[in-house]
Amino acid sequence: MPSKVEKWKDEVYGNEIREHLMEFAEQGWDAIPEDEHDAWFERFKWWGLYHQRSGQESYFMMRIGTPNGVIKPGQLEVIGEIAKEYATGPVDNPEFGEAYCDWTTRQSIQLHWIKLEDIPEIFEKLEAVGLGTQQACGDSWRNIVGCPVAGKDKHEHVDAWPVAEDLHETFKGNDDYSNLPRKWKVAIAGCDEGCGQGDINDLAFEPAEKDGELGFNVRIGGGLSRKEPRLARDIDVWVPPEQAADVAHGMSSLFRDYGDREDRFNARIKFLMDEWGPEKMRSVLQEEYVDFELPTAGEDMRDQYSYNTGSQDGHNDHVGIHEQKDGNYYVGLNVLVGRMGADDVLELAELADEYGSGEVRLTQRQNIIVTDVPEENLDEFTSEPLLENYSPDPSPFMRGSIACTGTEYCSLSIVETKNRQVRYARWLKDNVELPEDHKDFHIHLSGCTASCAQPQIADVSLRGMKTRKDGEPVEALDIGLGGGLGDDPRFADWVEMRVPADEVPGAIKNLVNNFEDAREDGETFRDFVEDRDEETLAEMVEPEETDYHDPYMHNTKMTWYPYAEDDDMQSSPAPTDGSGEPLPSDD
Amino acid sequence: MTTDVHQLDDGAWISVNDSREVNVSDLWLLARSDFCGCETTDFLAEGFVKVGVDYPDIQARIAGQCIACGESGVTDWLTVGRVVDPDSGEFYGVVHESVHFPEKRTRLARPEE
Repeated sequence: MPSKVEKWKDEVYGNEIREHLMEFAEQGWDAIPEDEHDAWFERFKWWGLYHQRSGQESYFMMRIGTPNGVIKPGQLEVIGEIAKEYATGPVDNPEFGEAYCDWTTRQSIQLHWIKLEDIPEIFEKLEAVGLGTQQACGDSWRNIVGCPVAGKDKHEHVDAWPVAEDLHETFKGNDDYSNLPRKWKVAIAGCDEGCGQGDINDLAFEPAEKDGELGFNVRIGGGLSRKEPRLARDIDVWVPPEQAADVAHGMSSLFRDYGDREDRFNARIKFLMDEWGPEKMRSVLQEEYVDFELPTAGEDMRDQYSYNTGSQDGHNDHVGIHEQKDGNYYVGLNVLVGRMGADDVLELAELADEYGSGEVRLTQRQNIIVTDVPEENLDEFTSEPLLENYSPDPSPFMRGSIACTGTEYCSLSIVETKNRQVRYARWLKDNVELPEDHKDFHIHLSGCTASCAQPQIADVSLRGMKTRKDGEPVEALDIGLGGGLGDDPRFADWVEMRVPADEVPGAIKNLVNNFEDAREDGETFRDFVEDRDEETLAEMVEPEETDYHDPYMHNTKMTWYPYAEDDDMQSSPAPTDGSGEPLPSDD
Repeated sequence: MTTDVHQLDDGAWISVNDSREVNVSDLWLLARSDFCGCETTDFLAEGFVKVGVDYPDIQARIAGQCIACGESGVTDWLTVGRVVDPDSGEFYGVVHESVHFPEKRTRLARPEE
């Protein structure tokens, strides 16, 4: 029997949701019939709107999809202005102030505290500069990810940007693919560094050569969620760039038709891949969904991949100053946990205009890149005061930090994440010395098993948990080690479970010290972990209280907003009307 | 009126008559349960896997783990609250910190529509 969500989708889904959304926005929050809340909030996701968690009713997270993370000249200013004008809540965040943008691990943008009544104005402003929220969430083609410097990168073999743009144009708003069984995540990259992270996507196009021609090999069925991480599997198919869309049509049609619509927990294509295996996947694609003979896989470039590999060699991220193939430079700026204040966003938009082309790009490591900076502008640009906080040369603990949204806004999360990871990174920077040859050390904090911070592919993986300390429940983290992508991708081993959150920095400090003492010359952290069993590794992680202070040890999910002075759920002002005034309660 | 119950957002919460009523991340004490070897399971709710109505009880099977011993899995059916008067639809949640007794069903809850 189809799930309830499928029934709602059968009634209204896809493009047509917008008309209803606009009507509700016009009439105000109360216009959504109370007995239809769940159905409408499920549908609104398709237009990039996610109803915030319990205690924050009537407020939405808005996600703006920017394919490949490309933010064209003129767009960043509009994003900053929208954040400043509309993304302000009843209480400021103590680390980030009253308005901010989140750069996500899928090269998208998230704004919080968006009110239903403001959506038409926001859509108008976004669409005026070619941005949009369509299919940013929901059961559809999500934002396409890829190498954020596609078209500019010296390591590029195929320019994947026009292909990504074509896929975006083809599949956004396309009624044939607007109602899939579940989300559909696509990655495409043409460089030899692996920064598309195709291994953790539903459909991945990776650069490969076949008979002297450059194109893409195809992998299917990657994903990290629900304690069921999978690496995408090679289906032995190569496509030239001009046929990538045909294969994408075929694969997303196959998913639409064969994906599980009865059990949403089993709906992602990784589970169909479990069931079928890559050979059947390929043969069904060939026989039922494409009308040309699929070439077998070409020679890939995976042995050169460096991105998020822990190799300490080549690009593990895009932070820093790098020459483009046109002789200009791109400057990758570190944005700690991906969150940037709206005023800073506006200032960066000005700087990107002044020193570069005005274009910026988002990375899958929650950072931002200013592109097209002529060599003669580099010194002046990198001397700008703003870059003290968004450095192109940060501490490894700052540049390696990724955190998901967490209990601040998210229904699923078990623990507070972003502000905690900010505090972790600062403490680690001040108190822990990595070996000289380790410039990259990735710590990913995810609030739950949904794995939005991609914890399984980090040097140190942190996942939200609870434990008891002195008998009282406290926020805690599971600690995993040694994950990373590359030619030989590997998920982290979870070695120490339910560590009270205030003992995690001490645990990482002890781990790093033990690594330094026991490693062989030149041994990377990732290799070090791979060579040891879980028991040995667990002994190296020694959780310990230090002078690190964690203000979020209590159950932040039980609050209406963890940073409010009076954070009791009953003190929430939500739901509010269009001007932010509390609406009368039914009770 | 019929009591409308479902789990949403990847099992993050249980909706009862279009109102968010039970969330993940709470600790539940489970007794007389074969979930793990602990006398009382100190259970962290990480996701609602199935929900149902066994009038007047609203029940769920919850994925999670015992934070004392680390055993993880899915509970048997747990009563998470009650809708005593289906006409009013008002939901009364149980106190999750109290002791609960998961039960194996001998009959099916009303299936999700």
